[in-house]
Amino acid sequence: MSIKLSVENLHKSYGTHEVLKGVSLTANAGDVISIIGSSGSGKSTFLRCINMLERPHAGRITVAGEEMKLVTARDGMFKAADERQLQMMRAKLAMVFQHFNLWAHMTVLENIIEAPVNVLKLPKDEAIARARKYLDKVGLKEVEDKYPAHMSGGQQQRVAIARALAVEPEVMLFDEPTSALDPELVGEVLRVMRALAEEGRTMVVVTHEMAFAREVSNHVIFLHKGVIEEQGDPKEVLVNPQSERLQQFLKGSLK
Amino acid sequence: MEEYLFNILKGSVLTLEVALGSLAVSVVLGLLGATAKLSPSKPLNWLAGIYSTVIRGIPDLVLMLLIFYGGQIFLNKGLESVGYTDYVEINPFVAGVLTIGFIYGAYMTETFRGAIMAIPKGQMEAGSAFGMSSLRVFFRITVPQMIRLALPSFTNNWLVLIKATALVSILGLPDMTMLAKQAAAAGRGITPLAPMLFFLFTGVIYLAITTVSLVVLKQLDKKYSMGVRRGEF
Ligand SMILES: Nc1ncnc2c1ncn2[C@@H]1O[C@H](COP(=O)(O)OP(=O)(O)OP(=O)(O)O)[C@@H](O)[C@H]1O
Ligand SMILES: [Mg+2]
Repeated sequence: MSIKLSVENLHKSYGTHEVLKGVSLTANAGDVISIIGSSGSGKSTFLRCINMLERPHAGRITVAGEEMKLVTARDGMFKAADERQLQMMRAKLAMVFQHFNLWAHMTVLENIIEAPVNVLKLPKDEAIARARKYLDKVGLKEVEDKYPAHMSGGQQQRVAIARALAVEPEVMLFDEPTSALDPELVGEVLRVMRALAEEGRTMVVVTHEMAFAREVSNHVIFLHKGVIEEQGDPKEVLVNPQSERLQQFLKGSLK
Repeated sequence: MEEYLFNILKGSVLTLEVALGSLAVSVVLGLLGATAKLSPSKPLNWLAGIYSTVIRGIPDLVLMLLIFYGGQIFLNKGLESVGYTDYVEINPFVAGVLTIGFIYGAYMTETFRGAIMAIPKGQMEAGSAFGMSSLRVFFRITVPQMIRLALPSFTNNWLVLIKATALVSILGLPDMTMLAKQAAAAGRGITPLAPMLFFLFTGVIYLAITTVSLVVLKQLDKKYSMGVRRGEF
């Protein structure tokens, strides 16, 4: 079994506030890891440190066997020692954002082919073929020429997933992909994510959807105040939580 | 009579050249200024801050004279100190374009800065997250989205800039305004209405230029507003 993503002992502070106090994670090929925890526990920060959208203070990040070259900058945080390497590694870690972040001035098709053409240097027709394949996969038809603003949130998030798939990443990072959606649109996005999990994609998902964490992921991490309080097989951890904090958290999220 | 009118019309070409040249300079300076103002580097913030504050706080005419004559003196003193003793005169066209471009670059700095700040951060972030370099993010995401947001204020700057080109006549450039003045003086002998006629004609040409500009910019706005739901912003 090959390790797709390994994060070791990640530390991150904002000023004097230490938000991540040594968090680690290993994702093997095909793993779906859910990260849960209450608001402010550091879930988004952790995910965003993995692709350096936030700069950690310490730790180690390895994607598909390649370690990210990081050096400490003058402000005490890491920065990429090799910009080019960081860019190529980011393309292997496609991210799906809570607010979709589709590029507003581009059509759906343009959104999806942007990174394949400009970062991966794929020929345009190949990128377009890819885009169509993945649009089909997320269940969208006849939307190629639409602009994001003219679509529902659920459709936009599915386009964002297609955009992430189109770089054929090693690992997909999801930051609360359904939290900004109207309740009736959550299902269509979760269905797509479930299908991706079933075809063996490696995914790290920050989520508040306990049903997704329980049924789809094979590993769950409960983050509390910047440390992993409990983790393991969701069928055990979520059904029989050991720590009091997780018990409380799960009680709260049932409401 | 016709000869004078024709002459003024020819001067409008120079006016347009100065205006477009200055616009190009001001857009480049504006982009640099806005990037500097928004960069994490304190010295750059500071430099761009001084530029936009000082330039916007001094009348165009004063700046024009200051930069043209001051620049001339500095240039020659500089050349002298490296042993070059011939007196160099700055080409007034180049001087005019650079000066007006420099002045309006300060206004463009503010225009672009405001527009960039209005773009949701997630747009740029998504670019970085997919492996784009910061330069690519700037030109593929920031600039295209900035254009729409900057357009109203950009249009304003452009209209004022066109009118400011009349200042180049003080550098001795035969722009439309200068030619109109000369025609008015010469034409008075023919009819006492000549000055009014020539200035009216000049005014109409300016108006034509600005009107065409507005139409073009409107098209640009349409193009860059694709993907925006009306009434949303
Ligand atoms: N840019 C920032 N500057 C300062 N503090 C920050 C910043 N971003 C996050 N924080 C702080 O870091 C902590 C962790 O934030 P984070 O967004 O990672 O939490 P989260 O677990 O994703 O929460 P949520 O469920 O609300 O999304 C919070 O206390 C937050 O206030
Ligand atoms: Mg979060």
